[in-house]
Amino acid sequence: MIVAERKPFDEILEMLAPQKRVLVLACGGCVTVCLTGGEKQADELASQLRLAARQKGMDLTIESDSITRQCDREFIENLKADPGQYDAVLSMACGVGVGFMSELYPETPFLPTLNTTFYGANTAPGAWAEYCRGCGDCVLAWTGGICPVARCSKSLINGTCGGTNDGKCEVDQEMDCAWLLIYKRLKELGRLDEYRKIRPPRDHRTDRGRGVRRLVHEEMVELEEEESQA
Amino acid sequence: MTLPVSRFQEALEAGEFVVTGEIGPPKGTNVEPVIHEAETYLKGNVVAVNVTDIQTAVMRTGSMVGCKLLLDRGIEPVFQMVTRDRNRLALQSDLLSAHILGIRNVLALTGDHVAMGDHPQAKPVYDVDSVGLLQAITGLEAGTDMGADMKGNPNELDGVPTFFKGCCVTPCTEVVEPQIIKLEKKVEAGAQFVQTQAVYDPATFETFMKNIDHVKIPVLVGIVVLKSAGMAKYMNRGVPGVQVPDAIIQRMADAPKEDRKKVSAEIAGELVREMKPMCQGAHLMTLGWDDVVPDILEHAEIKP
Ligand code: SF4
Ligand code: SF4
Repeated sequence: MIVAERKPFDEILEMLAPQKRVLVLACGGCVTVCLTGGEKQADELASQLRLAARQKGMDLTIESDSITRQCDREFIENLKADPGQYDAVLSMACGVGVGFMSELYPETPFLPTLNTTFYGANTAPGAWAEYCRGCGDCVLAWTGGICPVARCSKSLINGTCGGTNDGKCEVDQEMDCAWLLIYKRLKELGRLDEYRKIRPPRDHRTDRGRGVRRLVHEEMVELEEEESQA
Repeated sequence: MTLPVSRFQEALEAGEFVVTGEIGPPKGTNVEPVIHEAETYLKGNVVAVNVTDIQTAVMRTGSMVGCKLLLDRGIEPVFQMVTRDRNRLALQSDLLSAHILGIRNVLALTGDHVAMGDHPQAKPVYDVDSVGLLQAITGLEAGTDMGADMKGNPNELDGVPTFFKGCCVTPCTEVVEPQIIKLEKKVEAGAQFVQTQAVYDPATFETFMKNIDHVKIPVLVGIVVLKSAGMAKYMNRGVPGVQVPDAIIQRMADAPKEDRKKVSAEIAGELVREMKPMCQGAHLMTLGWDDVVPDILEHAEIKP
């Protein structure tokens, strides 16, 4: 899932400054799960903003709404509020939601309330950690399921650097060295041969090397076209 | 066997015990002091001098220009190259440039993370790792770069460089097998010599050397000159794979301030002397105390 953190309140207030009617829009997707952009957090932010507006004597009306996902056209009809009726929408979605909604409502500024941080898993109650970086060419098959791209600070592909110290990464003594974990896991699995193989430098075209990445299922596009013609 | 491309390679191939030194370029354009030190204390005493590449991610003058200045003064340089700051285009381009300047020895390193240095906001590159860099150098020597034309054939070079290629290893880390496997990969990728991370414990080093008996390239044991007991303690806490034994720390602590350099040279020299039979050379990292090099060699019983 996508993990995001709430932006500092003052930054949000500053973004809002010129607006009078604002909608806080929660997202029911990943950000609800990681407890940063769901309905509860949207209501909290809305009341914080109302309070601040009152204290600062700002002329600001805040309302809130929520949809299942801001990254999918399908759910737009479930909106109770009409984003077009507001000076701005404070989106509680990840960057994908903010960007996609901005495209759907070109007249209304959608402002981000979150910093979208990583693709992660819920590792302990209230804790999330990064597991993948969407590199576009997955190598987990030969690294014992531990991602060297996301979990090694240098995204190395041929094994541990000289910086590993007591199993920790040179960057942070609290952080495991991914390559030591990979080594141990492969050893347990009896697959150290995978560690021994030289991996050529990565092809960054699948990553950021070629601009915006897309996924198109041709059969679905065709089906849709046939249906609309019928 | 092809002819050696540098005096450093020649000396190792002749079976000499080879000593190399190291200088770090300054933060700023004032290179004179460090070059002067190299001329005074390293020239004639060591076979080659490494020039560090933005060491510990602290911004400073580059390695290539340092190498060129040494060359101009008759000192053979080892061009250190980290993969932290340049992508494959820049790395290969710099290798060609270095060759044109007359630089022949290259040490391929991954490089400390930007988080360790004085520009932690910088974007870390690591387009290739140290193994990839060695592969790239080997490729250039074979006349091709890492790219390919429209048909998928490797791009050919007009004028081909040659290098003596080295790598690094950390012998005294707690789990050594992954380091050894990576060393094997570096050798497979083209590494021809190894300069190790700092070693303070000859017994651990001896075990390490036995473990890499199958790796058939010369090893220069890394010696980092201790400047104080505090520095030793700091390294034990913070520097990966470095363990200074208490006895050595005590010797530094007991030395009066004015004798520190002397004691430090004694310690370094004794370490070299003890490990001399185990390996093919020593790499002295003096961290600016270049004037201790003659003393170290004397204690190590090495004639320049
Ligand atoms: S290798 Fe790439 S796709 Fe696979 S987990 Fe890592 S970043 Fe994600
Ligand atoms: S210490 Fe480990 S995780 Fe950190 S950069 Fe080096 S290999 Fe990667």
